[in-house]
Amino acid sequence: MVIVGAGIVGAACAFYGARAGLQITVLERGAVAAGTTGAGEGNLLLSDKEAGPELELALRSAALWNELGDEVGGAAFELERKGGVVAASSDGSLAALRAFAAEQRALGVRSEPLDQAQLHEAEPHLSPAMAGGAFYPDDMQVQPALAAASLLAAARRHGAVVRTGVEVTGSVLARGQLIGVRTSAGAVPADQVVNAAGTWGGQVSARLGAEVPILPRRGFVLVTEPLPRVIRHKVYSADYVANVASDSEGLELSPVVEGTRSGTVLIGASRERVGFDRTISIPVVRQLAAQAIALFPVLARINLMRVYAGFRPYCPDHLPVIGADPRVPGLLHACGHEGAGIGLAPATGELIAALITGQPTSVDPKPFRPDRLIGHLT
Amino acid sequence: MTTFTFDERAIDFVEGQTVGAALINAGISSWRVTRRGGARRGLFCGIGVCYDCLITVNGIPNQRACLVPAGAGMAVTTQVGTGHDDLAR
Repeated sequence: MVIVGAGIVGAACAFYGARAGLQITVLERGAVAAGTTGAGEGNLLLSDKEAGPELELALRSAALWNELGDEVGGAAFELERKGGVVAASSDGSLAALRAFAAEQRALGVRSEPLDQAQLHEAEPHLSPAMAGGAFYPDDMQVQPALAAASLLAAARRHGAVVRTGVEVTGSVLARGQLIGVRTSAGAVPADQVVNAAGTWGGQVSARLGAEVPILPRRGFVLVTEPLPRVIRHKVYSADYVANVASDSEGLELSPVVEGTRSGTVLIGASRERVGFDRTISIPVVRQLAAQAIALFPVLARINLMRVYAGFRPYCPDHLPVIGADPRVPGLLHACGHEGAGIGLAPATGELIAALITGQPTSVDPKPFRPDRLIGHLT
Repeated sequence: MTTFTFDERAIDFVEGQTVGAALINAGISSWRVTRRGGARRGLFCGIGVCYDCLITVNGIPNQRACLVPAGAGMAVTTQVGTGHDDLAR
């Protein structure tokens, strides 16, 4: 089996595939985690997922991340089970948050309501202007590049081969069946090919003869100078959920603030549909900083060190595409996870391995099937 | 000659000198303590690139001593760790 892409999803497919006894070769055009994975924050979130197939995938993934933390060693990839705090700035948004949390709770997402005093206790530096919030104990964080590298290392211990600097350029077919890929380093035989190319999954799928519509949404992350433990959880505004699910064409902003083990504070999250344009937009950076300061006034006196941009790969219906493509037998997709790919990677990898080996799946694969998207292509 | 203070000691400088240059001239070669190892730090690259010479100037931490021009009456102090330990709660 060939996996195209050594980001977090390709790494998870390699790990679960190799553990299931498949002979795996990972082909990566650049370096490990050099695309979307390296440009993210490493959020493993349940709190922002509404009831539906993505939440099911996220719940399974959370269980698997916990397992991986024990089996592969969470310290190596900075797994922190620190919990998430969602803060609502008005009574209206607090009521919406309470209703959202109640729906999630029915599906197994634990959360605790926080009043103003409890919110302050959980996050002492949070603005006193907040109406209230919720604590999600099962939200976690990893360092995404280290997580991808750790999963690939574990996959290699199960016999997988990882080749970087090798670009997939096309397919090798025999009677319509995929029997390998053409690459910049010659042909590589394979019975199955998994497209885990993230934001570039559309391009790779076209090269392999069965295009899926994956589009980029640009997001910036701001990095502060290192601080002591000022921000304890992943903290975001209750407006974030509405933005993630949005179909708007323009800029969407909502503050997401969290500390990291190295001391820097990460500030997101912007989403813009501007194609593959990496230009840093100072007005957007300024607005993100202002929103973060509104949540945590103390940040007004802290320096920013840098800003990085990445592309969140999304499908038109905002669900990832996972499974076999009926147009080219032997081709499977595992991409389009938008801003949730780090969190959703283990369940995606497990699902791909189960589909290939014919084992029962942990989550219902139907909502993620590639054929749902074929009509979306223009 | 005009002066600023470093940890309350008067430091002479000439107009146009950086804080770092004036400190070296006064025989002081370190003014920061690293946050994990507690090691002493001073000038390394001296040209604003390496961020090793961080120092607190008028209460604001993480200034590069090699770039900040010395000014009369400045209160310059040793930076300990991130310089933001007061924020830990």
